[in-house]
Amino acid sequence: MNLINHLINGIHVGSIYALVALGYNMVYGIVKLINFAHGDIIMAGAYVAFFALDAGLPTVVAVAASVVFCVLLGVVIEKVAYRPLRKSAKISLLITAIGISLLLENVAQKLFSATPRLFPKIISGGFYLGDRQISMTTIVTIVVSAVLMALLTVFVKTTNAGKAMRAVSEDTEAAQLMGINVDNTISMTFAIGSGLAAIAAVLYCCSYPQVYPTMGALFGIKAFIAAVLGGIGSIPGAVVGGLTIGIAEALTKGYLSSTWADAIVFSLLIVTLLLKPSGILGRKVVEKV
Amino acid sequence: MEKNLRSFFRRSTLNVILCVAFFAAVSYMISAKILNRYYTNIINLVLIYIIAAVSLNLTCGYLGQLPLGHAGFMSIGAYTAAIITTHFTLPDIGPVSGKALLFLIATVAGGVMAMAAGVLIGLPALRLKGDYLAIITLAFGEIIRVLVQNIKITGGAMGLGGIGKYTNFGWGFFWTVIVVAFTYLLINSRHGRAIKSVREDEIAAESVGINLTYYKIVAFAGAAFFAGVSGSLFAHHICYLEPGNFGYNMSIEMLVMVVLGGLGSISGSIIAATVLTIIPEVLQSFATWKMIIYSLLLVVVMIFKPSGLMGDYEFSAARLISRMLRRKEAAPKLPENYTEGGESDD
Repeated sequence: MNLINHLINGIHVGSIYALVALGYNMVYGIVKLINFAHGDIIMAGAYVAFFALDAGLPTVVAVAASVVFCVLLGVVIEKVAYRPLRKSAKISLLITAIGISLLLENVAQKLFSATPRLFPKIISGGFYLGDRQISMTTIVTIVVSAVLMALLTVFVKTTNAGKAMRAVSEDTEAAQLMGINVDNTISMTFAIGSGLAAIAAVLYCCSYPQVYPTMGALFGIKAFIAAVLGGIGSIPGAVVGGLTIGIAEALTKGYLSSTWADAIVFSLLIVTLLLKPSGILGRKVVEKV
Repeated sequence: MEKNLRSFFRRSTLNVILCVAFFAAVSYMISAKILNRYYTNIINLVLIYIIAAVSLNLTCGYLGQLPLGHAGFMSIGAYTAAIITTHFTLPDIGPVSGKALLFLIATVAGGVMAMAAGVLIGLPALRLKGDYLAIITLAFGEIIRVLVQNIKITGGAMGLGGIGKYTNFGWGFFWTVIVVAFTYLLINSRHGRAIKSVREDEIAAESVGINLTYYKIVAFAGAAFFAGVSGSLFAHHICYLEPGNFGYNMSIEMLVMVVLGGLGSISGSIIAATVLTIIPEVLQSFATWKMIIYSLLLVVVMIFKPSGLMGDYEFSAARLISRMLRRKEAAPKLPENYTEGGESDD
């Protein structure tokens, strides 16, 4: 009986991972960069939502503010830090991404101190399914994530902007020759990814109501692992990866011990990279000269 | 060829003499109490960070990969060595003190354990391209931290205390010289050129028959060994280990030193490690701003001068001296020649 509870918990956390993994996935697909700062954008979103709610604003406004702030932050980071380096060595770009991530963390630490803030409860209630209680938070999290992912799939598959995104990630130069504005497309990708991160931040805070400067670091890395596990560059892959990580973590916490959960998730990454480096749903790319 | 060899020996002799002179000078200053305990501690810390930074430069600067788990290797070396020195004793053998011998063995064992971990993690990770290596080494560092927290022999989350303060200037300097000499000789050898070719273009290197995985593992294992050594020195410098000592931030600090000094410059790493260790120690008020400034430095250096401060320039005592000699010869000669009118001396 416990198993089903753990599975529900796993799907709950897993769908948040999936939302964040989507951000990593889209950015990696288009600029071939692990956006280390993505996790810290979650942190920024959580702080904005926290202060908005603290100021007495309604939940919808707080979420909107958080989304807007994160979108701006994501786009600015791309413009200021990543764009000048788009043509330089991969290692420079990675080091910059790490630098930005650390910068966000440490500025937050300076501004808000390292003490965790308690995120107010915005979703309450729950209902009984048989004799098992399911909280409203779980339902809202799963539904919101599912709707967002469906919307994103439709957007990428059918709209012009979505097609442009796919074209740029397939072949940047060819896309440019077809008249696609590559810079704008990349900015849009960062904007969408960061917006999803903001929503993920609010959902995350509903179940783990603590906001602190380094909250995004480990969470972001685990979401990236989800992206790798599912297959980088694939939207369904992010969902599969996110749910797998979430369930694996919930089961470890349930049956082993919570201290081992991180180690298990990281070992999952190593095993994936050993057995199928392209991930569960990814496709193998052969590098040509 | 013979001339090259002779000049190599001449340069080596010069370097050995300079090292001995530097060592003698600092040791004298320490024993004569010109440098007090506080300064001696800082010097030892600087040497520890130099060893870690130079070894990281091997993978980061010369191999062109980005490992984020350097602190993980340091932690393996630190715990291995500390467990050995706290659990065993050696009798004095003739003039050699048992403690010193034990510390040497423990440090080498720490390095070997770190190297084994490096090969173990490198085999799957290095088959993959750059970014995955960053993530997998980061994951590795975290796994090590969780392991250290959860097993008994490392003292768990409580930490490991009662470690003897064996690290002194002599040991620090000894290992620094070894890591610098090893790295310098390696990268200027056939193996080193292969390693650098991997950095320049993996596909091209592979197509001329360079075994990518082999050379990546060589560089990775070498770096891990010296990271373990610096970890051991660190453990016997602060005498108390806790899992939090070797976190993500420490890996980043090493990375900042390497990036700032120059990817692929040993002298750069040495200078950057020295400066970045001394500044936070001396200016305590700087400490709270340290990480903000480090992170800004990473971004700014990458955007404006991706090669770091030194690029791949190496400081060379032989070159400096020959240049000074030439100037000395040239200075009195020039007016003489000029007044006599004629003789060009080139």
